[in-house]
Amino acid sequence: MVELAWLIPVFPLAAFALITAFGRRLPGEGAYVAVAGIIASALLSIGIFLQMLGHPTPYEANFRWMLVGQLPLDLGIRVDALTTVMLLVVTVVGSMIFIYSIGYMHEDPRYSRFFAYLSLFAASMLLLVLANNLVFLYAGWELVGLCSYLLIGFYFERPSAARAAMKAFITTRVGDVFMFLGILLLFFTLGTFRFEEIFTKVSQGALTGQTIGGLPTLTVAAVLIFGGAVGKSAQFPLHTWLPDAMEGPTPVSALIHAATMVAAGVYLVARAYTLFFASPGQEALLAVAYIGGISALMAATIAVVQDDIKRVLAYSTISQLGLMMLGLGVGGYTAGMFHLTTHAFFKALLFLGAGSVIHAMRTNDIKQMGGLAKVMPSTYWTFLIGALALSGIFPFAGFWSKDEILLEAFHNNPALFVVGALTSFLTAFYIFRVIFYTFSGTLRSHDAHPHESPGVMTGPLWVLAAFSTVIGFVGAPFLGNPFHAFLRFEGVEAVPFSPTLALASLAIAAAGIGAAAVVYHWKIVPAQALRRAAGPLHTLVANKYYLDELYAVAIVRPVLWIAWALRNFDVYVIDALVNLFGLAGVGLARLYRLMDTYIVDGLVNVVGYAVKGAGGVLRYVQTGRAQNYLLAIALGVIVLLATGLFR
Amino acid sequence: MQVGLTHFLIVSALLFCLGLYAVLTRRNAVAILMGIELMLNAANVNLIAFNKFTAPGALNGQVFALVVITLAACEAGVGLALVMAAYRNLETIHVDEINVMKW
Repeated sequence: MVELAWLIPVFPLAAFALITAFGRRLPGEGAYVAVAGIIASALLSIGIFLQMLGHPTPYEANFRWMLVGQLPLDLGIRVDALTTVMLLVVTVVGSMIFIYSIGYMHEDPRYSRFFAYLSLFAASMLLLVLANNLVFLYAGWELVGLCSYLLIGFYFERPSAARAAMKAFITTRVGDVFMFLGILLLFFTLGTFRFEEIFTKVSQGALTGQTIGGLPTLTVAAVLIFGGAVGKSAQFPLHTWLPDAMEGPTPVSALIHAATMVAAGVYLVARAYTLFFASPGQEALLAVAYIGGISALMAATIAVVQDDIKRVLAYSTISQLGLMMLGLGVGGYTAGMFHLTTHAFFKALLFLGAGSVIHAMRTNDIKQMGGLAKVMPSTYWTFLIGALALSGIFPFAGFWSKDEILLEAFHNNPALFVVGALTSFLTAFYIFRVIFYTFSGTLRSHDAHPHESPGVMTGPLWVLAAFSTVIGFVGAPFLGNPFHAFLRFEGVEAVPFSPTLALASLAIAAAGIGAAAVVYHWKIVPAQALRRAAGPLHTLVANKYYLDELYAVAIVRPVLWIAWALRNFDVYVIDALVNLFGLAGVGLARLYRLMDTYIVDGLVNVVGYAVKGAGGVLRYVQTGRAQNYLLAIALGVIVLLATGLFR
Repeated sequence: MQVGLTHFLIVSALLFCLGLYAVLTRRNAVAILMGIELMLNAANVNLIAFNKFTAPGALNGQVFALVVITLAACEAGVGLALVMAAYRNLETIHVDEINVMKW
């Protein structure tokens, strides 16, 4: 089964090719083909997972790409525990979202194109996950970036969507440049792209003691690679693109900007964990942890004041990804990946639920909604399950994974534990703020007629809700934590489960929900008063810490100014030079024209005039009088005679 | 003074030149024909003189002169006929006015 792993990205790729070629003529206008492709991949992934459960030996398949001098470059795919987990997440969550999209996008004029993009995304993401080398990984990395760009800008008629797509593309590209430098650094110091060789060499101490620019090479390489992860996973300070990416269709937000692509950054850190782990003093790991912590807390605070349901979820995603990074950074390799897995399910569920709400309300503003629980029971219950999972309430998925992260943080870095705990509280608070605004009370908008979504949309919601409920148990300590047994990093001991801490984190989450209920459900403390009490803090958070403005002033404006200056340089210097050459050409042509008219033509005319003049003169010889001719003959005879006689 | 061949030739040359002069200068076509007669007769004088002084026993020169006289008579007949025809068509026999040969 595992030998067929290369087929996994091929199915969606084939679907993409088919839809691109035939479009609307395919069954379901291409949607069924796309769904069939992803489900085939999902089935294959499940099969491989079951096989890997039995004997988890990594499988690798390589082919010789080229020879660099004497250096053979082998590229290929690798299936190990980490890959298998990611394959399952991508294909299973992806399948649900594909099916959901059939309902969500059904009135869209670019329906089949949407599924083509989704399929291409799935293929790229699976390639990224399966890669056993940095080249394939980078190719998949950039391809998912491209798909993200295409899908954020799916409604490109809207200027905001077009701008968001560009922002996402450029911002992630900033991170990718660092990542590319990191890849090159690794290649030039270690001479290989393959993970296995890199990690073997690193753990044998190939880079120990080496420095680059006064810094340890290993730390530099790891941090550069992490730069890519920061961009892709929307971590501080490159997180600003993700909230704007919500301009894309909601299934895209669920699939790409919550469940899979943005998790690629976390996956990358996990994949290259050896590098981070082996860096002197584990500085690289510490950087990951702090960036994660900052992102988690910052995004959670912003999420509290957002009114756009999708933006709340977007900031929530940044926050949760930050939590995963934090988990990885404090040594919780399994915890980070576990949270990635559970998060993919419940965040996809929340996004799809939000999509269902938006589909019904035709607005994103939670202040317009209210009382939807009665009209949309399926959406309500599944969204509630997702929210409970996100908050970390027992026994839903988020509880187990978040608890593991907090546990690791508590033991290895208490400062970051505080950050994590605060984030947990805020997470529960903002998600239940959304729930109370959306589903309880009465409808505030008067021109909306909400209705429950069709089965093709609620079906995936229920499936994801089921996953969100039970998937946490794969990491449950009383079952022996099978997830940890399956996926762990050799050399890091997992911190043993602590019931006290689990209760504490449960209490924190419950406190968050309680606080939200007090403010938004029972309205004991009015939201207005709370806002006024927070004062300048509220202004700061509502303006997203002025980071967008800071970037606008510090980066966007100067870049635009430089672009403007360069444009002027182009217009007034380069174009002027070109024009000068043009004018010089015209001038020379004029000169040549004069020469042609007066010299070349003149010569021709002179010949003509000379002939004409000679004719004019000589015509008088032809008198027409026989006597003159006779005279000439006589004279001629005389001359001939004279020359004959006096020779 | 003994009259010799040279004298005859000089007379003949003078006669020829007079005839040529008449042909070249006279405007009247009839006068031109008369000039031609002079030139033919100059040739006859030459023929007779050469016959007399270089081969006195032979008759070739004299016979040839007779042929030339016959030819001259024919030529005069044809020439005068041409003059008549020209006069009828062009109402002139002045050769400088007959310019149909001119371009």
